[in-house]
Amino acid sequence: MRATTPREDLLRGIWRENPVLVQLLGLCPALAVTNTVANSLAMGIATFFVLLGSSVLVSSLKRWIPKEVRISAYILIIATFVTIADLVLNAVVPDIHKALGAFIALIVVNCMILGRQEAFASRRPVGRAILDAVGTGFGFLIALTLMGSFREVLGNGTFLGVRVLGEAFEPWIIMILPPGGFFTLGVILLAFGWWKERKVEQVRPRRWPHGVTTGVGGA
Amino acid sequence: MSEHKLPMAESGAPPPPVQVESSSVRLVGTLAAAGAIAGLAIVLVFQWARPRIEEHQARVLAEAVTEVLGGPERWQTVFLESGSLTTAPSADTAGLDRVYVGYDVNGDPVGIALVAAEAGFQDVIRLIFGYDPGSGDVLGMKVLESKETPGLGDKIEKDSAFIGEFAEVGSPIRGVKKGRATDAHEEVVMITGATISSRAVIDIINHRLDALRDPLGRFWSSPRALGAADAASPARASGSTSTRGGA
Repeated sequence: MRATTPREDLLRGIWRENPVLVQLLGLCPALAVTNTVANSLAMGIATFFVLLGSSVLVSSLKRWIPKEVRISAYILIIATFVTIADLVLNAVVPDIHKALGAFIALIVVNCMILGRQEAFASRRPVGRAILDAVGTGFGFLIALTLMGSFREVLGNGTFLGVRVLGEAFEPWIIMILPPGGFFTLGVILLAFGWWKERKVEQVRPRRWPHGVTTGVGGA
Repeated sequence: MSEHKLPMAESGAPPPPVQVESSSVRLVGTLAAAGAIAGLAIVLVFQWARPRIEEHQARVLAEAVTEVLGGPERWQTVFLESGSLTTAPSADTAGLDRVYVGYDVNGDPVGIALVAAEAGFQDVIRLIFGYDPGSGDVLGMKVLESKETPGLGDKIEKDSAFIGEFAEVGSPIRGVKKGRATDAHEEVVMITGATISSRAVIDIINHRLDALRDPLGRFWSSPRALGAADAASPARASGSTSTRGGA
């Protein structure tokens, strides 16, 4: 195992190991609340803060958390941050809180956040955990916003509520319905995979006919 | 084949520090302490957030009442107690059903705002609507809470053409599909692609009016509602009067 540089810790989650597009984590919110750009942004930002807060706390407290109950302790920490985020959103931006409904509370069960605690924050110093959380949270935000943009533009003809496609455009309503989430994710993953494969072939032509260097992790 | 890698097995991360097995007391103690701290943090944030959330809810209600009654000069809360409306209920008001009566500058009542909730397509739709028992017209409608399908069902909140249909429409309201509208007074044109949500909104209003038509009519025709003297100081004793914009 090779040690990573702080730069790698920060950048890894944004692109090369993007939680949604590469690791396929956190798909529930990525499919459920990306029907508009505003919802995607709010969900991405809320998740970002929960991830950052949890990583800081898990990393600072790792010495005092017995390994047998570490998952319970992480969930407790994550749930506390989610509840706080839920209350703060409700008090400060009630309209966005209303739009996201139950999905704010469901950040607790986003396996991307628990995954980062178990895989990174619980083994690394606080500084690195912050970099990793910022990178991963930002990668999640980018993926959600990408999906939200596709779905809102095609499904409603608008971007952030502003009409971008002419009146003649008949919105593909299915894009803002649940199936549209799967279609969008599928197309984005396809494009992502194709782009990666092409890049690999450019570097090492014909060595790996199906070469994809960064594998896709399970569940 | 692609090279599979579990996300949990982080490249470059050292294995977790080896620990000796912890005692049960320590495990329980750690979680109990963490739970207590988490609980305390949530309570503190809740205490900070609650007045803001309640203030916002009161403001939303005040705005909604003003909107569905077409901007009354002031409005007051009236309680439904044992089948009739009263400004001064004998019992505790907490569990009582309530409506909001709006008055114009001269102290004449302009309409009654009612909150109603029933199942929509996804979840319960909660809305407020204005009603004029004199003419039997619905004056306006505003959705307060719904989880209808974004982009489709949620047009009941956002589609101004649909919301506009509820201004001065006869009751009971009849929902018609686009293109089939005659010019009947009680017709509301439903949203294409959101028929179930549209119909739910119409049914919620009709059901609420069915249930309350008698007490509303009695209240409206009684001198208590129309009397200028009464309206000049509507239920000041109960402390539930609001002027426009205030809550």
